[in-house]
Amino acid sequence: MDQVLSAVPMLVFFILGTVAVGSSILVVAMRSPVHSALFLLLTFICVAALFILAHAEFVGAVQLLVYAGGIMVLFLFVVMLANVRDVPGTRMISPYWKGGVGVGIALFLIFASILRSGAYADPARSTDPLREHEVTRMRPVATPQGTEQRPVLVIDVQGNTEAIGMELYTKYLVPFEVASLFLLVAMIGAIVIGKRNLAALEEETVPPFIAERAATEKREKEAIGA
Amino acid sequence: MPDSSAWLLLSATLFTVGLVGVILRRNIIVILMCIELMLNAVNINFVAFANRLASLEGQIFPIFIIAVAAGEAAVGLAITIQLYRLRNTVEVDVASELRG
Repeated sequence: MDQVLSAVPMLVFFILGTVAVGSSILVVAMRSPVHSALFLLLTFICVAALFILAHAEFVGAVQLLVYAGGIMVLFLFVVMLANVRDVPGTRMISPYWKGGVGVGIALFLIFASILRSGAYADPARSTDPLREHEVTRMRPVATPQGTEQRPVLVIDVQGNTEAIGMELYTKYLVPFEVASLFLLVAMIGAIVIGKRNLAALEEETVPPFIAERAATEKREKEAIGA
Repeated sequence: MPDSSAWLLLSATLFTVGLVGVILRRNIIVILMCIELMLNAVNINFVAFANRLASLEGQIFPIFIIAVAAGEAAVGLAITIQLYRLRNTVEVDVASELRG
């Protein structure tokens, strides 16, 4: 029974890994960007499950929230907004595809040769020490004069999120603040780049239905005002 | 629990697929998706080594990488929308004036 139970994470890893690799290949192979985005979503969900399997529960949750929740919506939004018509007969792959396949095979061979040398053989360890750490707490200790409060080393069990929070807000506080500054800069950059600049030339080329709608709204406002 | 080399092989495969996709495809949106795939493969490496070495550092770095990926996706998609407004397409080879 124990043997069967110990084989379960292995089986889960191989199923999730196969699905992740297969759907990532389909991301590249699919013609329509919408299909690519949906297979990318499947890959992200599989990778999040793998993170949870590797005892990184917080990273898995962040992966689901940020990637599967935020970035995917952004991608699908842009795919719908750009609304590129799929003209049959147009090339999907770039003229440099031979170089791309060559680089891919070479890179994978390099990775595989590093792994084959056995440098990453694992020591047998399956405990989860991230949840335990030693802290000093005041505990009543029996002494010849009776009991008194003394600092004692105790093993404290904490959750993954708590442990990451402690690290992030103490040891990695400066990188954390830099990351928040980076996100602010990225947000401003995205707004500035994506903004439609309403030059005089462009205002003349506004589609007629938008100008019509604006005129209707103006008339309605005047009617309400009067 | 599978050993580290299985995790590293998975991560290497995902990274390679992402890199081949970046070079192969012409659609900017799919290229950005492949960049996200490559960043995710690196995250798998970090988490696998965090698990193996029982160290939290490997779980802190993916959070920063995810933040960088979110910013990169936002700016990249904004550039994509501008390109679509200018050229009415999202293929990369229509924007090759710089001859890189």
